[in-house]
Amino acid sequence: MQISGAEILVRSLQEEGVEFVFGYPGGAVLEIYDAIFRQQQFKHVLVRHEQAAVHAADAYSRSSNKVGVALVTSGPGATNAVTGIATAYMDSIPMVVISGQVSTPAIGMDAFQEVDMVGITRPCVKHNFLVKDINELAATIKKAFYIAASGRPGPVVVDIPKDVTQRLAEFHYPESVSIRSYVPVTRGHPGQIKKAVNLLAEAKRPYIYVGGGAVQGNASAEVTELVKMLGVPCTNTLMGLGAYPGQDQQFLGMLGMHGTYEANMAMQYCDVLIAVGARFDDRVISVPSHFLSQPKKIVHIDVDPSSIAKRVKVDVPIVGDVKHVLRDMIDLLKQTGQQVPQQHLANWWKQIEEWRSYNSLLYTPSTEFIKPQYVVQKLYEITGGDAIITSDVGQHQMWAAQYYPFKRPKQWLNSGGLGTMGFGLPAAIGAQLANPDAQVACITGEGSIQMNIQELSTAKQYHTPVKVIALNNRYLGMVRQWQEFFYGTRYSESYMDALPDFVKIAEAYGHVGIKVENPADVEPVLREAFSPALKERLVFLDFRTDQSENVFPMIQNGKGLDQMDLPPHMRDLQIAPFENNRDYGNMC
Amino acid sequence: MRHILSILLENEAGALSRVVGLFSARAYNIDSLTVSTTEDPTLSRMTIVTHGSDEVIEQITKQLNKLIEVVKVIDLNESDHIEREMMLIKVRATGKDREEMKRMADIFRGRIIDVTEKTYTIELTGTSEKLNAFIEAIDRSVILETVRTGASGIGRGERILKI
Ligand SMILES: Cc1cc2nc3c(=O)[nH]c(=O)nc-3n(C[C@H](O)[C@H](O)[C@H](O)COP(=O)(O)OP(=O)(O)OC[C@H]3O[C@@H](n4cnc5c(N)ncnc54)[C@H](O)[C@@H]3O)c2cc1C
Ligand SMILES: Cc1ncc(C[n+]2csc(CCOP(=O)(O)OP(=O)(O)O)c2C)c(N)n1
Ligand SMILES: [Mg+2]
Repeated sequence: MQISGAEILVRSLQEEGVEFVFGYPGGAVLEIYDAIFRQQQFKHVLVRHEQAAVHAADAYSRSSNKVGVALVTSGPGATNAVTGIATAYMDSIPMVVISGQVSTPAIGMDAFQEVDMVGITRPCVKHNFLVKDINELAATIKKAFYIAASGRPGPVVVDIPKDVTQRLAEFHYPESVSIRSYVPVTRGHPGQIKKAVNLLAEAKRPYIYVGGGAVQGNASAEVTELVKMLGVPCTNTLMGLGAYPGQDQQFLGMLGMHGTYEANMAMQYCDVLIAVGARFDDRVISVPSHFLSQPKKIVHIDVDPSSIAKRVKVDVPIVGDVKHVLRDMIDLLKQTGQQVPQQHLANWWKQIEEWRSYNSLLYTPSTEFIKPQYVVQKLYEITGGDAIITSDVGQHQMWAAQYYPFKRPKQWLNSGGLGTMGFGLPAAIGAQLANPDAQVACITGEGSIQMNIQELSTAKQYHTPVKVIALNNRYLGMVRQWQEFFYGTRYSESYMDALPDFVKIAEAYGHVGIKVENPADVEPVLREAFSPALKERLVFLDFRTDQSENVFPMIQNGKGLDQMDLPPHMRDLQIAPFENNRDYGNMC
Repeated sequence: MRHILSILLENEAGALSRVVGLFSARAYNIDSLTVSTTEDPTLSRMTIVTHGSDEVIEQITKQLNKLIEVVKVIDLNESDHIEREMMLIKVRATGKDREEMKRMADIFRGRIIDVTEKTYTIELTGTSEKLNAFIEAIDRSVILETVRTGASGIGRGERILKI
């Protein structure tokens, strides 16, 4: 039987086991919306802005093992989606975005709501398709899902002209897909794995640096097993948080621009580094030449060869899926009984414990002002460290990363690569739909929340009782911090004047809003927000936080990992520079 | 250093723009680019001449391989290869210059493929350096226009780029 292209699309999405489609209708996708109306298998979530549809689908994906799906109309719908697509692309998130397009004869005619979606998104997708022939529609959807989720994941755009959705054809969904020009590697080269293990067996100062690839690759169990069996220190990037349990003694915290002192010092002074699904980002290692000025052997495990040797030369590249490669490494270690030399390791730990003892995340508590760090710490306590946390971009994002030690992967959802303000709220909605029983909180700023605040309406419609934790410092705080440090406190356009009353806004959208101005109220109000009485409600907590608080440690542009700006309590300390072969005696 | 890359890619709409877009987005150089379908109509073969440090060339190769439609990439520089470029050059050829131009074309094994009272159009094939040498060898002021295809390259002997 012949069915329409729109029906073929819907059937294909059903075949893929899609649960939710996040979208917004318009002329070019009316046929598709009609087909959606006539089916029950998946649910459509109507957002209030296409950017939010893509963020929600992205977070749905980040917080589950499924591919998120967004649907937008042509022209402005498509361009509104672009920021969301680029966000997912930078963080390697699997997603399929379907955009409507004007009818094939109208393409290129500057038709109403025509935009070259394939052209616009080309640099920020893993791949994209323009489907001109209805007979290729089902196979294209199959390919799109396969490409999005395999290898290094990423967003795939499928642009479908209106006439293709209207034409009729037989529906056959392919059972499998094989693309001759696209064959992602999974297993690492055994010879390389052996070299990596041999390096570890000679290491004096080993270090495991784990990134978003371990989260995406579901390799948290393998990471933990390897780190535990070797007894070595471990750090996570912003994207890797949760891949290794945040409360464990072997965890040194996040590294990078706002990483802990011990995580960054260890990164600079380790002699064997195992990079696991992490890409030596500039916010992590800062200046490559300074990072490499301290000699070290680097093993780099990544499924994408182009991530390897991009910013730093490595000694042992291993192309493969982290889960498989780590499993093979663990098996080989067990088989050969090789270990990290214990005497050296003990010394290395002494050095690390010394670094750690400075407690670089210490901040000055206050009874007068609400410290943003304190709010995050209380949130951790009250949620038992179990909540799924989304965030926006700015200081609050860094405090969330620093003071909420994530227990498990896929618990922390943020825009690291693109740094997209406006991500947090729609992401929380997507995560809540993927995890209906989880507590979901969005840590945000008064600046960021206003970039997609209209999604409070979506949250109302779909009963997603997320908790919005606004760390409201009345400033574009991250910008203000840079202006304080590097632009002589000239706070150009970083003050958020004319702020709305967020409590009223929350109420206007049908939610609960609470303003908190007193540090003593932080804990009780958080308890109330997470109490059974408000379990089913979205609660917007407007915390008026200390306006002048800064994020520390901080690595300034051009500085090295061991050249951090330290928090006030560390500035006057006489910290001994790192010394190779230092005798630690009984110091610790 | 100058590198000559050979790329086999799906003969699909948009594949070429992905390659070109990659070069501009990542600020890689393209000195020349040639592309056409192969004996297998589902595949195109592209030759790109580029230059950059070893690290940059390595990244270019990896990024090209990452494109879904790219089937294979080889850096022809890595072993013996042959490259050829074709140029059509139209020159002013009058009076005693006419004889001289014919002689130069012969020396460079060029062929005169169009003749008018005042012009010659010469077809010249060879390495890019040879074409440059021809341009250097003749009097600049007589050159009316040049069209060059950019280099095409192929490995020597058993070195074959195929699926
Ligand atoms: C305000 C702000 C401040 C920031 N400060 C910091 C900071 O202090 N510290 C920090 O770490 N980041 C920071 N970032 C984030 C930073 O910009 C990068 O996004 C982040 O560091 C990249 O993380 P990653 O290296 O884990 O790579 P990701 O972007 O997560 O990339 C994952 C890597 O793993 C690979 N991969 C994916 N799947 C697999 C698989 N299955 N098997 C093998 N490999 C796989 C991919 O190919 C890729 O190379 C900040 C961002 C913002 C907005
Ligand atoms: C869409 C977008 N525009 C601009 C920026 C630049 N930017 C980074 S952080 C920041 C300030 C964010 O302010 P707020 O949300 O209040 O968070 P705070 O830093 O105060 O915690 C800005 C403007 C960005 N990351 N994203
Ligand atoms: Mg702010």
